[in-house]
Amino acid sequence: MIRTVRLDAILVALVVSSAFGVVSAQHQARKLFSELEREQARAHDLEVEWGQLQLEQSTWAAHARVERFARARLDMAVPAPGQVLVMESQP
Amino acid sequence: MRKAGVTFKDNPLLERELPVWRPRLLLLALLAGSAVLAGRAFYLQAVNDGFLQQKGESRYARTIEVPATRGRITDRHGEMLAVSTPVKSVWAIPADARLQPADARKLAGLLEMDVRELNERLANGRDFVYLKRQVAPEVAEQVAELKLPGVHQQQEYRRFYPGGEVNAHMIGFTSVEDRGQEGIELAYEKQLAGVPGARRVIKDRRGSIVEDVESIRPPRDGADLSLSIDGKIQYLAWSALREAVETHNAKAGAAVVLDVRTGEVLALVNAPTYNPNNRSNLTGEQLRNRVFTDTFEPGSIMKPFIAGLALERGKVKPTTKFDTSPGRMTIGRATISDSSRHDVLTVAEIIQKSSNIGTVKMAMMFTPDELHHLFEQLGFGTPLNLGFPGEAGGRLRPARTWKPIEQATMSYGHGISVNLMQMARAYFAIARDGDLLPLSLTKIETPPSAGRRIFSPQVAREMRAMLEGTAATGGTATRAQVPGYRVGGKTGTANKLEGGRYTRKYVASFVGIAPLSNPRLVVAVMVDEPRGRTFYGGTVAAPVFARITEGALRTLGVAPDAPLVPLTVARKPAEEAAEAGAAPARRGM
Repeated sequence: MIRTVRLDAILVALVVSSAFGVVSAQHQARKLFSELEREQARAHDLEVEWGQLQLEQSTWAAHARVERFARARLDMAVPAPGQVLVMESQP
Repeated sequence: MRKAGVTFKDNPLLERELPVWRPRLLLLALLAGSAVLAGRAFYLQAVNDGFLQQKGESRYARTIEVPATRGRITDRHGEMLAVSTPVKSVWAIPADARLQPADARKLAGLLEMDVRELNERLANGRDFVYLKRQVAPEVAEQVAELKLPGVHQQQEYRRFYPGGEVNAHMIGFTSVEDRGQEGIELAYEKQLAGVPGARRVIKDRRGSIVEDVESIRPPRDGADLSLSIDGKIQYLAWSALREAVETHNAKAGAAVVLDVRTGEVLALVNAPTYNPNNRSNLTGEQLRNRVFTDTFEPGSIMKPFIAGLALERGKVKPTTKFDTSPGRMTIGRATISDSSRHDVLTVAEIIQKSSNIGTVKMAMMFTPDELHHLFEQLGFGTPLNLGFPGEAGGRLRPARTWKPIEQATMSYGHGISVNLMQMARAYFAIARDGDLLPLSLTKIETPPSAGRRIFSPQVAREMRAMLEGTAATGGTATRAQVPGYRVGGKTGTANKLEGGRYTRKYVASFVGIAPLSNPRLVVAVMVDEPRGRTFYGGTVAAPVFARITEGALRTLGVAPDAPLVPLTVARKPAEEAAEAGAAPARRGM
């Protein structure tokens, strides 16, 4: 009689602890998942920002704009033929 | 212990004797009832549990789509040509969105819409209406702060083209759904488009996400694409072409720059063009891509191939003489004439002066089949199959239907139609040592070593020398000269065919090779209907070639191969003429 009672108690304890284990594992999983989500969102945001910066860079560095600045503000010009000196490397 | 009155035990109702079967029947009925209930409960809980669980979950769990980013398009040096950035689209459930007039005004103001239009959209009986698509993220945030009932937002992507109109025809554009519609965007749709992911979330009654449950499938972003285009050369080509189209009051124009060593397309431009970032009022004329989808009768730029074939078969030498007097020639009932009279010309001079009669005399030494074979080998009549949407193959009729006059006119580029890309590629047969390389719109690491051979290296060399004559004094394209480099090419001035008749409208064209000592570029230019003072290939298209080539060779760092002498009057005379000796000068081979 006593032995059955003890066996029951052990089984109940096992079941209860396993149930708690499930709960905590589930909790852990949720927590890790949301952390992962947060990091992924951050990565995505950075990616987006990078894209926007690239966009900005290419807008500032547009050939038409560079040419306009070079000619108008910096007073640059394409060298005339004869102003170019070509160097050849010796084989 | 007895109390007065009726006790339970001697309740008179109990005194009636009930038949024995009645309680039993009742008991049985009750048992059966509970058995049915238990059975039903078992069925719902154990056998058919999925259905109810699903129903329950659908009350709060939703699977939402996670958009994937479309791949970026860059030029060969990594310069951005097309980038997607996230924007929001604002949508509403009209039944839920009962806006106060003040709110409606505020919302309309933020979305830059008319209040009336907004209300009209909300009055419509559907379950879902877009209020505005592609809203900038900052504006979307302000809209969200209004916390209006029934007004929701959705993440979308918008494509930006930093190069704008310069690259419009090459890159194409995407639809509001971020799918390719034209150009590279359509041709490489599979590679560029991402695969949207899916995730399960728990939503509350208002539809806002309470909890992320799981990620079913992460979004897969589209792959980036590196084009063969060189941003600098593309810009150069575009500005030179645009200027020519404006100066000569032309209807349109197109230009292509090809790398002779790898077969890569370094520039592809069209005029008129459009701004792919703002396509609100596009016309068909702006959208037309004259490099790939339009064909034209090439005119005299066809002639070098006839000379090439004649040289290849040993029928002529560059010095063989032809009598082209009196500048007219009759085939059947038609007459072919030269624009100016030349008398006796060598093969080289026929190309240099662009004599129709000389070319026809060479072409008539072959059967229609032989000429057809040449055209076919050069890639005329069939699309290049580069995957570019709407690519035209041109018109090349089967040889057995040719009449002698048609064979004659085809030799100088009439009665056959090509697109500019085909023509530019055909010049590879001259620029390379006689072989045609397949073209590529994307950057390639290892170029194909050799293509289909059409001419022998010896013939290709002789042809290049002839083409140099066109740009030299006495040729038709002196304005194609590029200071410091040896260049050669062929002019074309073709009458346009309209409704089956030739008109006095022209297509001016020029295809050139540079530098001739070791070809690196093939540049093809075509200007449609120049309506200015002049309309010749040599005066309209050749200067465009010169400008593009000069800039492109400098950009690519190709060493000059000609003595630096002042070639055009407009330029400042060279001060350091002595230094010209430093350049590898090998003029005239």
